[in-house]
Amino acid sequence: MAETTASKKVKFIITRQDDPKSPSYTEEFELGYRPGMNVISALMEIQRNPVNAGGKHTAPVCWESNCLEEVCGACSMVINGKPRQACAALVDKLEQPIRIEPMKTFPVVRDLIIDRSRMFNALKRVKAWIPIDGTYDLGPGPRMAEKKRQWAYELSKCMTCGVCLEACPNVNDKTNFIGPAPISQVRLFNAHPTGEMNAEERLEALMEDGGIEGCGNSQNCVRSCPKGIPLTTSIAEMNKQTTKHMFKRWLTS
Amino acid sequence: MKGFYSRKLHSLLGIIPLGFFLLEHMITNFSAVEGGPEGFRDAVKWINSLPLVLALEILFIWLPLLYHGVYGTYIAFQAKPNNNRFKHERNLRYTLQRVTGIIALFFIGWHVWETRIQVSLGNVTHEGLGKWMHDIVTQPVYFIIYLISVIAVSYHFTNGLWSFMVSWGITVGPRAQRVSSYICMGLFVIVAVMFTWSLFVFRGVEFEAGGTAMLQTLKTFIG
Ligand code: HEM
Ligand code: SF4
Ligand code: FES
Repeated sequence: MAETTASKKVKFIITRQDDPKSPSYTEEFELGYRPGMNVISALMEIQRNPVNAGGKHTAPVCWESNCLEEVCGACSMVINGKPRQACAALVDKLEQPIRIEPMKTFPVVRDLIIDRSRMFNALKRVKAWIPIDGTYDLGPGPRMAEKKRQWAYELSKCMTCGVCLEACPNVNDKTNFIGPAPISQVRLFNAHPTGEMNAEERLEALMEDGGIEGCGNSQNCVRSCPKGIPLTTSIAEMNKQTTKHMFKRWLTS
Repeated sequence: MKGFYSRKLHSLLGIIPLGFFLLEHMITNFSAVEGGPEGFRDAVKWINSLPLVLALEILFIWLPLLYHGVYGTYIAFQAKPNNNRFKHERNLRYTLQRVTGIIALFFIGWHVWETRIQVSLGNVTHEGLGKWMHDIVTQPVYFIIYLISVIAVSYHFTNGLWSFMVSWGITVGPRAQRVSSYICMGLFVIVAVMFTWSLFVFRGVEFEAGGTAMLQTLKTFIG
């Protein structure tokens, strides 16, 4: 364990909530500074020694994390007003006091733990997979052009972290907008040579209530995505494809 | 109607016919700059000489405006603006698009009441509209309301044109969206300047043709 630099302190103001229904409150914590510490390591320290800034013993702060290298998305929370991954939030690069809140666009389970089910439901809704299951071997699928593979790979980096939904002014309790991430996933799976065979089903899912029409072009998503996914390009491209599909359906049915 | 189609219709109506009508309105007003009271009178006369003018008005102005305005208000109140957290241009424009939409709602309601409905009620004739506007915009409060509103509506239409091109998948990539943003903002300057210019011209003495005593006093007050 690294040595605590005795004098330097780091202050955290954490928004807490005991259970899904109870009101939220803030609690302050003061920790000794360690070089290279990040928000997760700070939370771990609070867990080891759950004493708040007032010196009172308190319940340890709950959070979620897995990979600790910004690839799983589990540790997403609002840090100094910006939704991002706590494991990649270095204390040295944050203004103090460091304010930590849960991403309240999602239902809060406890403290910083949120329930991101709506994102997984959205992925199911748009059929963000490639159906190849059957009773016999279908053999190898068609090949993908290298150029296409390169941009599709960028889209495949999405870790369903929820940051883009938290940043979007149209994802809230007054709308049923599915948010940017699943729209971009439709573009990804519709670009795949095998996935393409079910392209229309996914487009139609985007044309259901709460689908792509919910976007109002604030473009916060593309500026917040930790993976640098070109979300607004995906949304505009899906706008184009759903519009084309709409005319095609009118003219051919 | 499913959300997708109702939103597409809302988007379309913002350009066709409402956007085109706004540009037409701008040109009519600008005839006051170019041709003075005479020019404006002729422009108004020309529009009203169109065949089936009432049917055209209902089909291409009233109904689209009602739909776009009502649905637009619904959309505007669904937003949870977060400009304090995400301070960049596009997010600001997003909020301004909604704010200017609401300004447009109040302004257009009031403006239609003051002009088109007063014509229907027989309180003013088409020929008298130039002086009628003069009497309104020479009152400082009304003038300021008009000034803010025409700039707001110009913004709403031109920024709306930018988002229309995204909503219909015309401008897809970031470069295309940036270029269209420059073009739309250029258009904003042109539309806002032309409306504002006409407003100033309506304040001029040549549109006066004998205002009331009170208005005369007001005019000397604001110079
Ligand atoms: C009467 C009151 C009005 C209200 C409340 C209103 C409201 C709105 C709102 C909230 C939006 C954003 C929709 C979105 O982002 O998807 C919008 C878009 C738009 N509005 Fe309006 N509006 C009004 C009048 C007008 C007028 C008079 C025009 C035309 C001159 C106009 C043209 C547009 C255009 C072109 C768009 C962009 C459509 C798109 O993004 O696809 N609006 N309006
Ligand atoms: S698109 Fe980006 S911000 Fe949105 S869920 Fe995926 S990784 Fe997170
Ligand atoms: S723990 Fe996986 S992204 Fe932070």
